[in-house]
Amino acid sequence: MSATEGLSELDTAPGRTNRLDTVALATRHPDDAQPYAELGLKDDEYTRIREILGRRPTTAELAMYSVMWSEHCSYKSSKVHLRRFADLPKSDALLVGMGENAGVVDVGEGYAVTFKVESHNHPSYVEPYQGAATGVGGIVRDILTMGARPIAVMDSLRFGRADAPDTARVLPGVVAGVGGYGNCLGLPNIGGELLFDDCYAGNPLVNALCVGVLRHEELQLAKAEGTGNKVVLFGARTGGDGIGGVSVLASETFDAEGPAKRPAVQVGDPFTEKLLIEACLEIFAAGLVTGIQDLGGAGISCATSELAAAGSGGMAIDLDAVPLRDSTLTPAEILMSESQERMCAVVEPGKVDEFLAVCAKWDVLATVIGEVTDGDRLTIDWHGERIVDVPPRTVALEGPRYERPMARPADLDALQADVPPSSSADLRADWLAIVSSPDGADKSWVTEQYDRYVRGNTVLAQPEDAGVLRIDESSNLGIALSLDGNARYARLDPYTGAQLNLAEAYRNVAVSGAKPLAVTNCLNFGSPENPEVMWQFTEAVRGLADGCRELGLPVTGGNVSLYNQTGDVAINPTPVIGVLGVHADVTRRVPTGWRTAGEAVLLLGETRPEFGGSAWAAVVHGHLGGLPPRLDLPAERALGEVLTALAADGLVSSAHDLADGGLAQALTESALRYGTGARLAVPGDPTAALFGESVARVVVTTADPAAVRAAAEAAGVPVTELGTTGGDALVLDGLLELPLAELRAAWTATLPALFGSPEVAVGTVPAGTVPTS
Amino acid sequence: MRIGVITFPGSLDDVDAARAVRLAGAEPVSLWHGDHDLKDVDAVVLPGGFSYGDYLRAGAIAARSPLMQDVVAAAHGGLPVLGICNGFQVLCEAGLLPGALTRNSHLHFRNRDQGLLVERADTAWTTAFQQGQRIVVPVKNGEGRYVAADADLDRLEGEGRVVVRYVDGNPNGSSRDIAGVTSADGRVVGLMPHPEHAVEDLTGPSTDGLGFFTSVLTAMVAA
Repeated sequence: MSATEGLSELDTAPGRTNRLDTVALATRHPDDAQPYAELGLKDDEYTRIREILGRRPTTAELAMYSVMWSEHCSYKSSKVHLRRFADLPKSDALLVGMGENAGVVDVGEGYAVTFKVESHNHPSYVEPYQGAATGVGGIVRDILTMGARPIAVMDSLRFGRADAPDTARVLPGVVAGVGGYGNCLGLPNIGGELLFDDCYAGNPLVNALCVGVLRHEELQLAKAEGTGNKVVLFGARTGGDGIGGVSVLASETFDAEGPAKRPAVQVGDPFTEKLLIEACLEIFAAGLVTGIQDLGGAGISCATSELAAAGSGGMAIDLDAVPLRDSTLTPAEILMSESQERMCAVVEPGKVDEFLAVCAKWDVLATVIGEVTDGDRLTIDWHGERIVDVPPRTVALEGPRYERPMARPADLDALQADVPPSSSADLRADWLAIVSSPDGADKSWVTEQYDRYVRGNTVLAQPEDAGVLRIDESSNLGIALSLDGNARYARLDPYTGAQLNLAEAYRNVAVSGAKPLAVTNCLNFGSPENPEVMWQFTEAVRGLADGCRELGLPVTGGNVSLYNQTGDVAINPTPVIGVLGVHADVTRRVPTGWRTAGEAVLLLGETRPEFGGSAWAAVVHGHLGGLPPRLDLPAERALGEVLTALAADGLVSSAHDLADGGLAQALTESALRYGTGARLAVPGDPTAALFGESVARVVVTTADPAAVRAAAEAAGVPVTELGTTGGDALVLDGLLELPLAELRAAWTATLPALFGSPEVAVGTVPAGTVPTS
Repeated sequence: MRIGVITFPGSLDDVDAARAVRLAGAEPVSLWHGDHDLKDVDAVVLPGGFSYGDYLRAGAIAARSPLMQDVVAAAHGGLPVLGICNGFQVLCEAGLLPGALTRNSHLHFRNRDQGLLVERADTAWTTAFQQGQRIVVPVKNGEGRYVAADADLDRLEGEGRVVVRYVDGNPNGSSRDIAGVTSADGRVVGLMPHPEHAVEDLTGPSTDGLGFFTSVLTAMVAA
């Protein structure tokens, strides 16, 4: 029996047909058997629920506990490890830390920024468009809940091999879903990642980031205070979509075979969410709420229990008041539904009319469904009978905690001993292979489906290293954001890999000229019930915490996504790290592309022959082994400070970080951005120079190389002069010559060839016909 | 000079249009779709976005909103009206401009910096340009393919009512590369590209878009 089939019987008392299960009935018949296992609860978890309640749970209570104690909602396998982030030294910039819907960071001038990244991996595999769309919708509501206006989104995507048939099913739907939802909300998409690997074939990753801005005094918190205050549910009606999404979909491993899980995927309506955003911001501005929570995973179960648990009293809900899309829904289904575009607010009685009036202006349905009580119970009534009577903290905060067993992967020694090749037989062919590989190729096929202009504050967006947004039009205060998650490095060494991802995101933010300020993360791993996966996870958490301590950055929150595997095969550990930086003056931002001929091209940082986990080893040799590049956080920090200072002084006209694909990839992207070539000479071993992936390296162009050299060397950052921009080719003296036209053809052809060319011939499409390609 | 910017449920580029109005030197005035109140503005901009979520047809529901009745009446009296992207769709649905906008031929949303040829530099919204001038402004739409019956297209071309045409690639399969058209009196202009996203060097691919907003100031002075 699938979990959703189990639910069809949920509101009938066990063993008693056509009889609503109530608290009274559960008390009278404490020993009735219940389908807790089908709902994802373990034996000991069910026993604990019975101990908490002193009786068996009602079927509605069982539904609530099952979703709230799911891995997705309770973080039961990860929570004991995530303490490492909370234990980091306190940062003055952090206004709200982990535990709220999203962390909030002070960026100066009275502004605060809140940002968070969240996964929607399993739904996106089952139903790519809706899965990805509602992933964006969910993270946007988290940001909105903090009192912020959402101002941009980013997406970090992983798919199976690019030419695999299923990738052709999943990728176009995911991209259209991310775009369809974000575009319709009026949020610019300013960056992200798109990478391919066989390990994601049955388990793609869709991680969406949202960033919002607010004034310090506008901060909202998710708690229910004040006896007699009203609980208002507003937004979309509640339907039968997404029932059990967090427990059935997000917290279990996909079987190779098994029932289709499409009913557990939510369906999004971005138009309703746009109205919800505007209504909420107007409600916040008028001071009409004392607490607010969005409805995401676990729906009403989550919102009511979390609001009540965070407050000082209890809460009484009349479930009959919930507006429904489908009148046949049972109370347990209503409690578990993950219908999108809903919010729950706590409103003083005297402000309810004004609250409802704002909602009416925006055509947002709003309904009082209950009130804050002075007890310590969350009660829910249905048709005049009590179907839920629980201590809310036991649902929302006191779920299970596991110290899962861990084991270093048995194959890791062999993997690390399997060092990659180190010499290229054909530099030119390898270069073209890397930049035309699906990972290295131009991503316009994807990013052109995203609006990057809306709201008029996008200073830099993809394909730049970081997205940069203006926050204030008069002062030019701004922010920069980058998301990075190299899973090959993390596979070879999760501790170092997580730090390398942190270092890359940090570098990308610094490259734009911003000062890095805070960190978020989305940790995508396999099943925590596999000790080797659990070891990878804890190593990555330890690495990220140590890296943040070294760089002096707080972790503001994050998301853990486990059970990313198909059958017994887990994905490569994929810690996606987001770094937020601040621009005192966004007009000083530094782009990646070369616009001007005759400028000096300088390489900052030290190059070593490092190929473990590199794009070159993967693309040219199909090889993954050895150790990832050597981490050097002090060097990253020194480099970052130099880059920020160079940008502030206007000394560099471009800067591009070296990461996957090394110098070859970076030069390709900088040259092709505006069609400016360069004549360069690289010292040392050419394979290491072109394709090695040593970190803490950046290529800059400048009209004043002496000043750049002086600034870098003063900070202990090595400088290598590579040559001069200009011409219509990349010429590497004595090694190779790549005309930009040839390079562009190789770089741009890959994704359209795989996923269909969106080109149409100029003016040749007659009205009323739709070409099929 | 007061230029109204209408907000429909689902309008997105209203803040951008208001900024462009301000940078052009006029006062932006927020107009609400549900009111019958044009607030004595001297011109109106219908911004981009997804009014009513593009449900039914893009622009179809917004075209029947209370304020649009006032806009249509005022436009017939010569009020300058600019419809951008979804605003263009609304103007076509409201009958102020001919033709219709349909799903892009390649079926994708498409956002890119787009070359345009200005073919009419004498409408209320394009006097800042030279006829034959090439400009670059962003285009971003999923339903931007301009279509009309061949006879209607011939008539529009004959009357010189194509204001801007796509060059260096047609981003959505629009008939005859048409990016924007005007009313017979040259006071109402609709176009799919987004001039309000090309008004600052910091955030746009150019500042070419500003010309649409400065033009209408000249037109109002002349009127």
